[in-house]
Amino acid sequence: MALALLAAPATGVVGSTAAIGYGLAAIGPAIGIGLIFSAYIQSTARQPESAGLTRTYLFLGFVLVEALALFGLAFGFVWSGQ
Amino acid sequence: MYGQVSVLAKETPHWWPPKVSDFILPGWFYPWVTKFTVMVWIAVAIVLVFFLVGYRNPKIVPGRWQWLTESVYSFGRDGIGQDIIGHEGIRFAPYLTSLLTFIGVMNVFGILPLFQVAPTAHIAIPVALTAVSYVLYIYLGLRRHGFVGFLKVMTIPAGAPLYILPLVVPLEFLSNFIIRPFTLAVRLFANMFAGHFILLVFTLGGFVLLNVGAGFAPLSALSWLLAIVLTFLELLVALLQAYVFAILNAVYIQGSLAEEH
Repeated sequence: MALALLAAPATGVVGSTAAIGYGLAAIGPAIGIGLIFSAYIQSTARQPESAGLTRTYLFLGFVLVEALALFGLAFGFVWSGQ
Repeated sequence: MYGQVSVLAKETPHWWPPKVSDFILPGWFYPWVTKFTVMVWIAVAIVLVFFLVGYRNPKIVPGRWQWLTESVYSFGRDGIGQDIIGHEGIRFAPYLTSLLTFIGVMNVFGILPLFQVAPTAHIAIPVALTAVSYVLYIYLGLRRHGFVGFLKVMTIPAGAPLYILPLVVPLEFLSNFIIRPFTLAVRLFANMFAGHFILLVFTLGGFVLLNVGAGFAPLSALSWLLAIVLTFLELLVALLQAYVFAILNAVYIQGSLAEEH
């Protein structure tokens, strides 16, 4: 995952800015997943009998948001050669 | 990263770090049969045996094994097919249950000893599964609505005002025909690959920290502890991803079969 390899000879620090970039990119989906689960917990607490009904949509929303974070991971490898 | 690890580990063994060549089985027909191919065969065999044995001698009052297979099948039929697609979903129950069990077994290989890597962590297998799903939902939509009708269902959302259509139609087309199969394949692949990666980092991290010096031994223990905890997380992710793949297939089929708005 080396979008841009940083080599700083003075400090000897070697690494990739892609790791930092991916961390930043994961903030958005992290907030989104938090919102989805909080909404599910709230709705289940208010109406426990709806838990089974909304579980499908919980996972559906979860995976759609999660896909964004996974794009970051996949594209990190796809464009690592450049 | 490899450079750093090699420096830390001082004397690097020849197998470090793991390479793609590790997946080539010695004495097999290399381009055709690799570790992944064999794992897929084993997964198919497990699923076949599981259901065939469960249904070999069906009784009205099911035994333990028959109860298990019937629970799995009714989860695929009622929990996924009927819940999402509606009464037509029962037609797709075999497909959805096969996806559920086949992907579930393959994903669980990711944390089993000797297998160590899920076949779904290889992009080719999610792509193949997605190709089946892509062809299926387009075929169903074309048969149900015809070419123009299907395009209308797929690209024009219900109740969209006329002036917004020039913006919405290309976006919906892109999302339903290009991004949809892409995300379906990448989601499964990236989840299993990232899981494999995380387990590798923490397991090998334990060895590396042990090699650095005596002071790092507690950290190495922590790393291995995390590897164990994350293995349980991976089990959860493996089953969840199988469920999610089946659910999304059901949602796409439902979208193709839905009546015109």
